[in-house]
Amino acid sequence: MKSAVIVFPGSNCDRDMAVALEKVTGKKPEMVWHQSADFEKVDFIALPGGFSYGDYLRCGAMSARSTVMKEVIKRAEAGVPVLGVCNGFQVLTETGLLPGALMRNASLHFVCRDVELEVANDASLFTNGYTAGSNITIPVAHHDGNYYADKETLDALEGEGQVAFRYAEDINGAQRRIAGVLNKKGNVLGMMPHPERMIEPALGGSDGRVLFESVMNRLG
Amino acid sequence: MKARIHVTLKNGVLDPQGKAIEHALGNMGFDGVEAARQGKYIELDLAAGTSKEAVDEMCRKLLANTVIENYSIELE
Repeated sequence: MKSAVIVFPGSNCDRDMAVALEKVTGKKPEMVWHQSADFEKVDFIALPGGFSYGDYLRCGAMSARSTVMKEVIKRAEAGVPVLGVCNGFQVLTETGLLPGALMRNASLHFVCRDVELEVANDASLFTNGYTAGSNITIPVAHHDGNYYADKETLDALEGEGQVAFRYAEDINGAQRRIAGVLNKKGNVLGMMPHPERMIEPALGGSDGRVLFESVMNRLG
Repeated sequence: MKARIHVTLKNGVLDPQGKAIEHALGNMGFDGVEAARQGKYIELDLAAGTSKEAVDEMCRKLLANTVIENYSIELE
């Protein structure tokens, strides 16, 4: 599986994502700079976590309008799997590839710890290695992870199985404890927790690895 | 010419920063603050003749996230 990690100025989790992808897929991902107008054909695109453009204006707002995102949006719409983690999730909502928005944590605290997630959907490209209803542990590190969408959107997301993960307990005020959402087609996933930081026992667990393996299982 | 743009969270969207301001004012002994909302102020210097429609488009496409925010524009 050939993958790409989009590199925005200010992001600090792009290398974590690259290491995880290389360990799980066996191939170094292509690192694609935000000003690139085009990049090599890949099977999987990752938008990393970490304060792109210093979170200026709103988290993810600047990145969502960067040159490379025009190409990412085009490929996502054509069906290429795209994963956005943390700031990457914020970027995906800002582009409109995913519904809703991510707001300041209700507690106003930066939350940085391992959290328990409930797997809400185990049929998707990204989650087929998990069992729906089971709990997994993945770390979070964010100030703006409070997922917001209006009631109709939330009902539609739940009705269509687009909620991938929920927090086992409320950690940031997110509507209906939503931690990760899929687009309608199921090829775009945004989530606040960091699966790339949980890919082997040395990092504290392997629950995040299953997400990348799920994609590989489907794509080969 | 200048555009002065105010971006505010929509009514009904929880504003934790506004809540913190409201509580702090209460703690300081200021009575009568029933609610506080925090927003953003953006000032643009524009070439003469820039249309309000263009500024509106800037707001919709970048300056405000219309999922959660409202905006208002003053041109001068």
